[in-house]
Amino acid sequence: MNPQFLGRNVYDLDDYSRDEIMYILEATKGMKEINTREYKKIPTLRGKTVCTLFVENSTRTRMSFELAANRLSADVVSFQASVSALQKGESLQDTVYTLNAMGIDLYCIRHSSPGSPQLVHKYSQKPVINGGDGRHAHPTQALLDIYSIWEKLGDLNGLKITIVGDILHSRVVRSNLIGMAKLGAKVTVCGPKTMMPSNMESVYGCRVEYDLGRALSGADVVMGLRMQLERMSEGLFPSLEEYSKHYVLSKDTLKYAKPNALIMHPGPMNRGVEILPEIADSKHSVIVEQVANGVAVRMALMFLILGGKA
Amino acid sequence: MKTIIINARVYQDGKLVKRELLLDGKKISKIAEHITDKADKTIDAAGAAVFPGFIDLHAHLRDPGHTYKEDIVTGTKSAAKGGFTAVCAMPNTEPVADNIASVEYIQLRAKEHGSAKVYVIGALTKQSKGEEISEMATMKSGGIVAVSDDGKCVQNARLMLSCLRYAANFDIPVIVHPEDYALAGKGQIHSGKIATKIGLSGIPGLAEEVMIARDIMLAESAGAKLHIAHISTARSLELVRQAKERGLPVTCEVTPHHLVLNEEACETFDTNTKMKPPLRSEKDRLACIAALKDGLIDCIATDHAPHADFEKEREFDHAPFGIIGFETAFAVLYENLVLTKMISLETLVDNLSQNPARILNLPGGVLKPGAAADLTIIDLKGSTTFDKDSILSKSKNSPWLDKTVKTRVKFTFMNGKITYQDN
Repeated sequence: MNPQFLGRNVYDLDDYSRDEIMYILEATKGMKEINTREYKKIPTLRGKTVCTLFVENSTRTRMSFELAANRLSADVVSFQASVSALQKGESLQDTVYTLNAMGIDLYCIRHSSPGSPQLVHKYSQKPVINGGDGRHAHPTQALLDIYSIWEKLGDLNGLKITIVGDILHSRVVRSNLIGMAKLGAKVTVCGPKTMMPSNMESVYGCRVEYDLGRALSGADVVMGLRMQLERMSEGLFPSLEEYSKHYVLSKDTLKYAKPNALIMHPGPMNRGVEILPEIADSKHSVIVEQVANGVAVRMALMFLILGGKA
Repeated sequence: MKTIIINARVYQDGKLVKRELLLDGKKISKIAEHITDKADKTIDAAGAAVFPGFIDLHAHLRDPGHTYKEDIVTGTKSAAKGGFTAVCAMPNTEPVADNIASVEYIQLRAKEHGSAKVYVIGALTKQSKGEEISEMATMKSGGIVAVSDDGKCVQNARLMLSCLRYAANFDIPVIVHPEDYALAGKGQIHSGKIATKIGLSGIPGLAEEVMIARDIMLAESAGAKLHIAHISTARSLELVRQAKERGLPVTCEVTPHHLVLNEEACETFDTNTKMKPPLRSEKDRLACIAALKDGLIDCIATDHAPHADFEKEREFDHAPFGIIGFETAFAVLYENLVLTKMISLETLVDNLSQNPARILNLPGGVLKPGAAADLTIIDLKGSTTFDKDSILSKSKNSPWLDKTVKTRVKFTFMNGKITYQDN
């Protein structure tokens, strides 16, 4: 048990130091080993109750959190907005009061509104792991991304990482920018100007490029982001075809990156839009491993926050 | 009833001078170094300053219709506690104040139960729907001082032009809350570095600026008197400067929060930092202060916008826009701008009293014999804590909740009657 992590919230990575992130990565490594066993379960969180409170649809992330809790032997309850009182107009405050009365020890929340994890903690006084709040943050995704890089390439210090796509709407990018910067990586973000937030350089210390070739130049790691079709009706880009022409990750465009550049994507992918199968399924792609690492990272966080015994 | 105020420093011509005041009935009868008249009541204002009662051109009293947030009684009590003796009520009540009956209801309630004078601003369009012109001439005969759809900014330029022409016809000032809905979108806070950082969608300064540009052009064409509510960006101020240089009858106001806070206040997701226009960049804030100093901004108005706890205690995206402002206005501005020497006491007081009076041609704003005895006595060395128990507004949605600031209002008089007394 490391008292440094006990009862901590994970709203985003800015609350965590470089050393703490490294500690989480080491813990994740241990958890990953458990996930390769025949019996993928340890009794460390027996008697603890984890609630996945998902006020925005997500199957993968919720499953990942629930598997993580199960494998540590915690009890898991799942609250989904679609079938819940929230749709009948109950406030988040009342929902959390109700859940809390049932004895929850840790909340994993996803919500479309930034700052909601902080509210869940305020109402519950229990630790909260942010599973994605609007465009704001997705720290467990960033940790699993960082873990995936660290596992393959070692120390992130000095690595050139390029993230391509709809930067404006991406919580994955924001959390990654914070975490990767703490570990010394040099991050470039790239996408159409209509989907690039203002002040990126001054807020995150990253480089902004609108040209894919320049953005990929010399990259050690390349991450694509999902392009949502609805951005078209919002007037942010004209067509998937035109987007793809300028921003797709393909053999052709990746010639600018380092030859062995690691390929990543947080999923779900639009094959043929932001990434071609030749890249997504290439030997340098860790896209599937990212999913496996996600379970391990979430196990590590739950273990550390709830004070599991090793 | 005669009241004498002794040992005070009285605000006159921009300065605090040692004077005594005699209030006789509803009026100030004398201001002199020494008054020998007999009075029924003597108030020893030692150490405190006497200011003309503050006048607020922009407030939401929520009565009728949303009295769980505020009503005329609590709203004007809150105003009196902040040193205000007159407030202008925006028409976005339920029903909307777009007709003479609604106007008269507010006036009557205020007259009978209010702790401040309440001037009614009528709706610009029927039900503020932005479809048809309201019966503003009838409402004017009933006493409205201006028309506005405030937060329901008329998007249709042709209708807006028509409203401005009609208002000009009857010499009614038009107050606008400039906001292009398409540009503002679902924005929650200023479109700047904090929005980028915390992922809340942004309201660009452009949403305000393009609408100000439009309304200045339309008002010029219509020959209407235009007052721009709660201006918030440097570029907006530039547009007003150009309009004024061309000699157009355009005025504007700024809120205390846009003078004291910037977008960084939103970083903690405190829904009491969510309002429209949003808290802008530091550059914009400094531009507002400079414009207040050089007179480009014509007055300070609170945009007092009460919302109940359960409405603000929500996800940031779902919380309503707006904060209360009567009780904090003078205190936070005095502490943050006057004590730091960014503006003078004179600039602060005039922009809360005679300047707003001049814009809408309201009585008051200056302490002089013969004027209504509307004044506030403030201990500039005292302090006030804005906690939920002491805030007199029914709602407590303030970014300064639980903060302690310098100055303390001791008394407020309206028409010679005490409307607030510190205990």
